[in-house]
Order: sequence, then structure tokens, then C-alpha cells
Amino acid sequence: MRVHVRILASFALLIGALILTLLVFRVPIGEGLRLIGQGAIFTEAGWTRSAVRSTPLVFVGLGMAVAWRAGMYNIGGEGQYVLGGLAGAASVSALGTAATWSPAVPILAACAGGGLLAGLAGVLQVWRGIPVVISTILLNFMVLPLQEWLLQGPLQEAKGQIPQTDRLPDSAMLARFDPRFDLHAGVFIAVAAVLAMAVFLYRTPAGFRLRVVGLGPRAARAHGISGDRVRVWAMVLSGSLCGLAGGVDLTGLTGYLGTGFDQGWGFMGIPVALLGALDPVGVFLAAVYFGVLVAGCENLARFADVGSPIVYVVQAVAVLVAVGLQHWRFAPKGRAEVELG
Amino acid sequence: MNWADILTYAAPVGLAAQGETIVQRAGLINIGLEGTMLMAAYASMKLTAITGSPFAGMAAGLIVGVAVCLLSALFTVRLGADQVVVGTALNLGALGATSTMFQAEFGRSGQLLSVPALPDWLPGIDLGTSLLLLWPFVATWFLWRTGAGLVMRGSGEYPAAVEAAGASAIRSRIIAVSVGGALAGLAGAYLAVGIAGTFVENITAGRGFVAIAMVTFGRLKPWWVLAASLVVSVAEQAQFTMQGWGLGVSPQLFVALPYTVALLVLVFAGKGTRLPESLGRPFRRVT
Repeated sequence: MRVHVRILASFALLIGALILTLLVFRVPIGEGLRLIGQGAIFTEAGWTRSAVRSTPLVFVGLGMAVAWRAGMYNIGGEGQYVLGGLAGAASVSALGTAATWSPAVPILAACAGGGLLAGLAGVLQVWRGIPVVISTILLNFMVLPLQEWLLQGPLQEAKGQIPQTDRLPDSAMLARFDPRFDLHAGVFIAVAAVLAMAVFLYRTPAGFRLRVVGLGPRAARAHGISGDRVRVWAMVLSGSLCGLAGGVDLTGLTGYLGTGFDQGWGFMGIPVALLGALDPVGVFLAAVYFGVLVAGCENLARFADVGSPIVYVVQAVAVLVAVGLQHWRFAPKGRAEVELG
Repeated sequence: MNWADILTYAAPVGLAAQGETIVQRAGLINIGLEGTMLMAAYASMKLTAITGSPFAGMAAGLIVGVAVCLLSALFTVRLGADQVVVGTALNLGALGATSTMFQAEFGRSGQLLSVPALPDWLPGIDLGTSLLLLWPFVATWFLWRTGAGLVMRGSGEYPAAVEAAGASAIRSRIIAVSVGGALAGLAGAYLAVGIAGTFVENITAGRGFVAIAMVTFGRLKPWWVLAASLVVSVAEQAQFTMQGWGLGVSPQLFVALPYTVALLVLVFAGKGTRLPESLGRPFRRVT
């Protein structure tokens, strides 16, 4: 199948981009790869860390893929992730720790928070013609002050010293397997989300409609599919997944929400989705690759002068090469003729 | 909070937003503004440290800004690739590259590096702020009083018509991207050598995105974009001043205000006067 060829090509590209990046920044290749491997794969601390770092990337990557497949350029993953985390923390603080019998409560609240925010952007595009690219940037900047305000006001810890929430009660935390490592049950939610998304996109009428709207809006209209409705729901789904990432990080990893909650997963989800060819399995593989790379670079940073930022460079190089190759054959060459939109 | 501070802190966002205004008028959305500013800030800091002249640093910023944006134009205009994809990649690449170069050279602790600052010509007026105040004259004249400006706006509305009339929408878009890159480069350089006098990792801290938001807030009109940048600058500084006053209003409200108003302006704007028709759409000649 064509999509698998593209995923394989992406993978070769990613390895190439990593080696190129290490070369450019004069990291000895063998030593660099060894440190990355040690920090990410070959030790128990390593592979568990990789799994934990991959988890938000899977959710956000799937979220981006589903929105982009419908032709909606959601770049507000950051805001949706943070609002998801905030909604999760707020649900626990509003219901009281007694009513929070399961991590499902904050996690569902997180999905709802992210979904509402992205859904709003979707509605604004179909109703008022405001591109989601613009509105999601604006909404990101509205969420950040909201976070700051909530952490200094309504959601601040009972002690009232640091701008962060109280720790969630244990009943609201996802299961952990080994107290020495961060590995949590959210990893399974991520795998389930990949399977659910694959079934949704390729095996349900709604998923079919979503793909049609993205590929050929006019064909969709001709077949009586309401593009507007599909686009809004695609955004809601996309935002829910970004919110879910925030909710799972909150209940699985951090246990509280502070000013450093946002680790840039929202932005990294975009290259993950693109290099995964906007396909659920591809997104999963890309997310795991970058999760491994983030975990490995944390180890690399301990022994070398370079660290996690090289992950961004690898992403950028890979995306640009992929996009360049993809568009090369469409490049304008000869005489001018115009394409009517 | 005095007017000189407001101008100074408005300049990086304001200059970048003026560049993005030109770019968006030509029908492109340069999401890579943040990365462009970051690369320019790094280059300007390096060159200022080497030469000792902040003006050389500003020039380096300008050149790097144009170079980065021409690279993005290669993908978005020549190859017709998706602008959001390319811009996002540029942002990530710039953040990764500048952080890595900075760490490799100065260590992760970020030992403090100080470069000579831009001199004031008049109190509060230096190269950056004077450019901020003068640019809207140039942009307004160019966009609405010259043939090339008309072609540029046409490229944003309906590039096929521009091509049919014998002008090149592709060339016009590339010029727009270069101008946007020059201004974004100056904005990044001003941040490093005009304000901070140093470089830190991710020194732009989202200002490129703020600039994109301000273009929207100012409805792609140079004078209104300038006003929008000043509003953001006032709002950002008001939060620190207000903390001292101890009012009941939370200072974060002021920070969120410009973006909220920008969104509301778009929601309630008349249908005909919103954004260029072809904004964000790749234009390809069919061969």
C-alpha cells in the first residue's frame, strides 16, 4: 500500500536527518548514537522514558492528523493541551477529591476542554471565515494568561505559595507499574487511541466523509456531505485529542499543573502528524521515533554540549525534505498558465 | 511605564507585524516569523559581539531574515508547498539550531554575554523605534499608491487575475516574502541588540506569533497594525504596573485582552473587508 511506502520513506528520512544533524553540530556520530540509545532504548529507565515521552506525541499527532485530513490547519495544539490539563485539574478541584473516584473524571474533562477550544476555532472558520491558522494562534495566547491567572487564583495550591495546583488525589492518578520509573497506564490509552482512530478513519462512514471533505470539498458537496459540519467535528475531535494529551500527562506523569506544564508537545505534534503521513499507524511510529529521540537527547545532554533542541532540528530537516520532494514534481517549469481556484 | 518604554517594547512585535502585513497582503501566511526572528537575533548578537557595532548586528539580522524567508519562499512560492507546514518546520528548526549553537558555545547554564546596545538618537528614539514609526508611511504609500503595490494586493486576492493581466504573482509574492523577512530580521536583531543586549535560548518567546496576531488585529492596515503593537506593549507593561496598585482586576486579563479583541474584531468584521481572498492558498501555474 502506498501509505506504507511513505511511512518507510519517512523513517529512512528521519534516520538520515538525525545523522545529518549530529554531523552539523559536530557530535561524534558513534558516541552520540550510543548515548541516545542508552538513554532511550537499551536500559529500563531508557525505554520507559521513551514510552512516556511518546505518549503525548501520539495524542497530539493523531489530533493534528485528523484536523489536517479534513483541511483544517489546527496549529493551536499547545493551547488545547494546556486547556485540557487545566480542565482536568479544575474538574478535580470542583468535584472535590471524594467525588474523583477515577482518573477518567479529569481525563474526560481534559478532552472536553481541548475539544471546546478547537471546536470554537472550527465554528469561527465555517461561520465567519476566520482561518483556523489565525484563530488558533489567538486562542493560544488567550489560554496562556488564563493558565497564569488560574494558577495564581482559583486553582492555586492550598498553601498559596507557588503558582501551581495541589497534587491530585491518588484515586485520580493513572496506574504506575514500577515506582522507580514514570511509566504509566496512559501508554495503553495512546495505543487504544491509535487503533480507534484507524478504525474511525478507514472503517466508518463518518471517517470516510472526513477524508472526502479534506481531499475534494467539491466532490463532497456534490455527494451531499456537509463540509462545514465535518470540519467543525474534525476540529472538536482534534482538540479533544490534544486535551487528552494534557489530561494524561496530568494524571499519569506530573500529578499537578504548574507553570512548566507546557513542554511544547503541541507544536511537535505537527511534524509528527506530517511525517506519519497523516495516517494513524504512521503517526504512532513517528511519535515513538520522536519520543525515543527526546528521551535519548535528555541523556545526550548530560554528557555532551548539545541536548534536546536537536530534536527540533531533526524534525525541521525531515519535514522540509519530505515537503520538498513531494512538491518537486509539481514545481512550475515551463510556460505560464493559470490554475483557476 | 513611559512612552519610550512602550515604543521600545512595541518595536520587535511591531516591525515583525509590519513585515507580515506585506506578506499577508500578497496572500501568504508566514507562520515561520518566530523562527526568522530567532535566527536573526542570534546572528545579530554574534556579529555585534565580533565587531562591537550594534549597527553591524542589525544588518546581520536583516540579511539573515531575508535569507531565511527566501528559503521558505522556495518551498511555499516556487514549489507551492503548504505554508503552514513549511512555517512550522522553520520555527522548529530555528529554535533547535539557535539553542544548540548557543549551548555549544556558551554552555547550558547560559553564561551571560553582553553586547553594546544601540545608541539613542533622541530620547527613546533609536534605529528600531524610528523604523517602527516611519514604516507605515512607506507601506501605505507602496501598497496603495504604486503599481507594484497593486500587483501585490492582487496576488493576495486573486493571483490568477494578476497573471492574466501580465504581471507575475509569483515574483510579487517572493518580493513580499523578502520584505517580510527583512523586517522580521530587524525585529529579531532589535530584540537582541536593541533591548536585551544579549541572547538567551528562545529569546523571542512567542513574539513572532504575537506579531501574526497583531496583523489580524490591525486588519492588515499598516497604521492600525502599528496601533495594535502599541496596545500589546501597553498591556504587557500594565500588568507589572498594576500589580503594584493592588486593584481587584487581575493583571492577566490585560495580557489576554489584545488577543480577545483581535478575535472579536474578526468575528464582527463585515464580510467584504476581512482578509485577502487567497490568503494561505498556494498559487501554482499549471504547466
